[in-house]
Amino acid sequence: MSGMDRDLAINVTGLNKYFGPKHVVCDLSLQVKHGEIFGFLGPNGSGKTTSIRLLCGLLKPDSGSGTCLGYDIIRETSSIKREVGYMTQRFSLWEDLTISENLEFIARMYGMKDRRPLIDQALEKLGLTSRRDQLAGALSGGWKQRLSLAACMLHKPKLLLLDEPTAGVDPKARRDFWEEIHQLAADGITVLVSTHYMDEAERCHRLAYLAYGHLLVSGTSQEVVDSQALAGYEVTGPDLAQYARTLHGLPGVDQITAFGTTLHVVGRHAAELERTAASKRAEGPHEWKQIRPGLEDIFIGLMETAKDNYT
Amino acid sequence: MSTALSWSRWSGIIIKEFIQLKRDRLTFGMIIGIPIMQLILFGYAINSDPKHLPTAVLDADHSLYGRSLLQGLKNSEYFRIDREIATEAEAGDLLAHGTVQFVVTIPPDFEKKLLRGERPALLIEADATDPNATGNALAAVAGVVRTALARDLKGTPSAASPASDPVDVRLHRSYNPEGITSYNIVPGLLGTILTMTMILMTGLAMTRERERGTFENLLATPARPLEVMTGKIVPYILIGLIQVTLLLGAALLVFRVPMMGSVLLLYLSVSLFIAANLTLGITFSSIARNQLQAMQMTFFFFLPSILLSGFMFPFRGMPEWAQWVGTVLPLTHFLRLVRGIMLKGNTFVELWPNIWPIGLFMLAVIGLGLGVYRKTLD
Ligand SMILES: Nc1ncnc2c1ncn2[C@@H]1O[C@H](COP(=O)(O)OP(=O)(O)OP(=O)(O)O)[C@@H](O)[C@H]1O
Ligand SMILES: [Mg+2]
Repeated sequence: MSGMDRDLAINVTGLNKYFGPKHVVCDLSLQVKHGEIFGFLGPNGSGKTTSIRLLCGLLKPDSGSGTCLGYDIIRETSSIKREVGYMTQRFSLWEDLTISENLEFIARMYGMKDRRPLIDQALEKLGLTSRRDQLAGALSGGWKQRLSLAACMLHKPKLLLLDEPTAGVDPKARRDFWEEIHQLAADGITVLVSTHYMDEAERCHRLAYLAYGHLLVSGTSQEVVDSQALAGYEVTGPDLAQYARTLHGLPGVDQITAFGTTLHVVGRHAAELERTAASKRAEGPHEWKQIRPGLEDIFIGLMETAKDNYT
Repeated sequence: MSTALSWSRWSGIIIKEFIQLKRDRLTFGMIIGIPIMQLILFGYAINSDPKHLPTAVLDADHSLYGRSLLQGLKNSEYFRIDREIATEAEAGDLLAHGTVQFVVTIPPDFEKKLLRGERPALLIEADATDPNATGNALAAVAGVVRTALARDLKGTPSAASPASDPVDVRLHRSYNPEGITSYNIVPGLLGTILTMTMILMTGLAMTRERERGTFENLLATPARPLEVMTGKIVPYILIGLIQVTLLLGAALLVFRVPMMGSVLLLYLSVSLFIAANLTLGITFSSIARNQLQAMQMTFFFFLPSILLSGFMFPFRGMPEWAQWVGTVLPLTHFLRLVRGIMLKGNTFVELWPNIWPIGLFMLAVIGLGLGVYRKTLD
């Protein structure tokens, strides 16, 4: 193990994966430090799930190499499996087993000793103690997510790979979840989490944005925003939907996004957009206020650019 | 990669399979329903007319008449005279092993008695475990004997009394003296039902995981292929034994099939056969992409098993290529084992030639199964 590998929970370079002719993951290189919370973002079908499966040995890359917790991702998959907790995007526990039977089974798969108290504890924390004998298939979508999460953390893994763990989970449970994730990270556990929620992206130490199998940017959310050098305005005033239509195609305007009572107008060419803003402001009656574009603006912009480059 | 097999994981998989099985009413229905259905469907005899059956000859007379008689049997096309033997003990052995279907015995003084018109005995012993195989041949014997000797006996005292046959043909049906078809059908059913349900149920076991998406979770755990495959097999071995007990009960009580041999030996044979079918089922379900494909593969294997094993048609009545295919199938050997134990009272030594082929088949299938078990989602 090299010195760098010791600091890195995940260290892969040049991973490629094809499904038939389809190039799903292109030259993925990723370095994640121990104790880091790393966010995985990207539109549907961008290859997030596939990348995660490559990391935990569920798929074999067509080329590329790397390590996960210091184990080779091609040759040492069984060691990786023992120390990684993987939560699948789709519910993949057994619907015809009860909640506690599912946890019991998972505990046995990891050869855990003293299963009873650990399972009781997990159920307690989940708040499912009274429903432990219900079939897992009978749980609501959000509860299924929470059960899966508990199941993949049962064996105290050193690295958590979570594929959209909070999809369909209510706000309170989501907040609890993120609090726990930060707690775990403080204890030195590494978390790689894919998500479509911007607020969750903001809560990651670092994040990466994937589109069409390419990792487009990575870094802290600040770095990601800065890297794109977008200019943005928040527009308020009457009849915004009608107004938005008149803005399309004006010089400097790349994206217009409606946010309830405001519009976000974003562009790559700050100077041009400033001129357009100035003239529209003069026309009235709408207000144009300069803002710093958020992650969402950045990602939508990235997606548009990626579409031009890779399709 | 060298994690040892783990008892914790293995028992975990077995427990999980049992729980899931317990909650799956349909499968449970199948376990009881299929034997009963088949018992009704196949409870009939199926007729056929096999020829060139292997025959041994014990000729103690070495006379001209004896030879033309044997020639006559040969010409009837039912008998294929493979070997000459010298003792009765040998005859018993050959029949017990199933090496020959018939033993024809020509007693000493056959010629002398024949010429004097004393109606010498011609003894034909048949392995009648499968009455379909021997019925037509035995029916043809009297006619064959009469025409074969008619020419040679012109002008002797035997020819003078045309009212009675010159030879006293004694047929002796061993193992199933009354030629009862259900004696053969019931052991056969045992084999076909096990083939059907064991392969089908395990065939669905792995594909079900894949279709429901739970396979991804199983793969993400440290569970090893051998643990998963064998862990999923164990519960079905038990189910197979329950089915066998149900059917045996019916065979002994309703069909009054005799039980000449050892029950323990029978259950051991059954266990081996069950294990062979289960490994095949698990292998099918590793190859198949979904439950439908697993089902199709099961039937693809089931058809030749039922047709070429000697269950539907007497094995020796089949063309040579079909016999070759049949020899590979575990059901062929299993039928011989069950008939051997129940009807002939065979011992282990006599059964061995049909035990090792099943074991070999199973080992080959396990090898194939581990080869195709996908350790990744690719
Ligand atoms: N087993 C497979 N066989 C063929 N194609 C696949 C397979 N799995 C994924 N793909 C394809 O690979 C691409 C990336 O899929 P992936 O599931 O990794 O995307 P994702 O980023 O996780 O999307 P989402 O946000 O919808 O979960 C998709 O175009 C998908 O159709
Ligand atoms: Mg996904």
